[in-house]
Amino acid sequence: MVTRISRGEVAARLAADIPDGAYVNLGIGAPTLVADHIPDGVEIVLHTENGMLRMGPAPDAAHVDPDLINAGKQAVTELPGASYFNQAESFGMMRGGHLDVCVLGGFEVSQSGDLANWSTGEPGSIPAVGGAMDLAIGAKSVYVMMDLLTKDGRPKLVAECAYPLTGRACVSRVYTDHAVFDVTPDGFAVADAYGDTTVAELERLLGLRLIDRTATAD
Amino acid sequence: MIDKVVEDIDEAIADIHDGATIMIGGFGRAGQPVDLIDALIRHGAGDLTIVSNNAGNGDVGLAALLDSGRVRKIICSFPRQNDSWVFDRLYRAGEIELELVPQGNLVERIRAAGAGIPAFYTPTGLGTQLYEGAEVREFGGREYVLVEALAADFALVAGLRADRLGNVVYRKTARNFAPPMATAATRTVVQVDEVVPVGALDPEAIPTPGIFVDRVVPVGWRDWLPDGEFVGGLVDVNGEPVDAGIDPHSGHTKATEHKPSGVEGRR
Repeated sequence: MVTRISRGEVAARLAADIPDGAYVNLGIGAPTLVADHIPDGVEIVLHTENGMLRMGPAPDAAHVDPDLINAGKQAVTELPGASYFNQAESFGMMRGGHLDVCVLGGFEVSQSGDLANWSTGEPGSIPAVGGAMDLAIGAKSVYVMMDLLTKDGRPKLVAECAYPLTGRACVSRVYTDHAVFDVTPDGFAVADAYGDTTVAELERLLGLRLIDRTATAD
Repeated sequence: MIDKVVEDIDEAIADIHDGATIMIGGFGRAGQPVDLIDALIRHGAGDLTIVSNNAGNGDVGLAALLDSGRVRKIICSFPRQNDSWVFDRLYRAGEIELELVPQGNLVERIRAAGAGIPAFYTPTGLGTQLYEGAEVREFGGREYVLVEALAADFALVAGLRADRLGNVVYRKTARNFAPPMATAATRTVVQVDEVVPVGALDPEAIPTPGIFVDRVVPVGWRDWLPDGEFVGGLVDVNGEPVDAGIDPHSGHTKATEHKPSGVEGRR
């Protein structure tokens, strides 16, 4: 038996690792759930790459403003102390190493920290990359939030990515529904395994040799 | 006297020529200069190369320009969206060429062109298929790819207010690509909701100083932004009218059914 936690619980587990005062970019999709789980007393500043800091939650319908959207083109709000800036400045915040944490979804992460999350390389599909490659290399810590396995049971933590890369050696940590993994020079280290999940069981599921750091995990 | 205001929007874009490269501002629909794009469609110039973050939404603005068959190539970061059916059809039919550029590299290429830098090294995209064969160089123990600046013949962007000198201010996240694009084109044309007297704009907060702007076209206030005051509940996030308005007691829309896009004459 391997314990599996919900996506909301993964978001909460990740949110607990974001330090007070951090500047954070949450990628489109599941990573946006992290905003709902920031612990009380922790103040973070959300960055949206289309040009805003101190982004607030979605408005009610009476306050939907077409000029105020996030990177997923959804309506958002501004918190007091918000700022707007152009795209060059916004991506300079990433590339220039000013963002503390970026949370992204993923198709695959390799044991050297490569990320694949922008294209499945399927013939005939229309490619679109957006800010994915910029975000992948755009923060001091790049966290990936994804399931351990695909729906048909294939590992998403792999020796080498099969899908086209988004960034090379860029991922710091992977938060999955079974465990938290650190990317280390020696491969994946299990920082935290949920419930009765064991490192041996994770090695069997992934077909990878893993470093056990669960004893020192907080 | 300097007066960059052009009241006639068709006159403002009349010198766009066949084969021109045109930057078009906006992130999705926010900041898209829809009135200028409509004028460009009326104007009829063809064989165009368009630089924009996306490749059109719904059937209006950039999507309508693509649908007119006058765009040979688009340089963008994120063409595929849930409402990009015009681009999707043209791309699948082989009727439009796509150059896909990561968003941060796209805007930095534009910024570089406007700042007189012909090329630069960037970490974004290193080791990916988008930069196969690109020149790679190591600085401080880290590898970077070389990319070239991207200039244009024209930039069409949207602002909130401008004065006759071409100083432009924007509104919220609609600013996005407009300031760098305004610097990178031979001719920059800005549509604004309102032209104000010289001296009315705060000199400490001018994202686009007039030196970058050639023409300013006033297009009037949007229905949900009369006199620059935001009125909630009239439109959805796409700027499309909300059918039954807002129940003032609950603050929620009475009818939230998504209207199809394609409402003519709206920004």
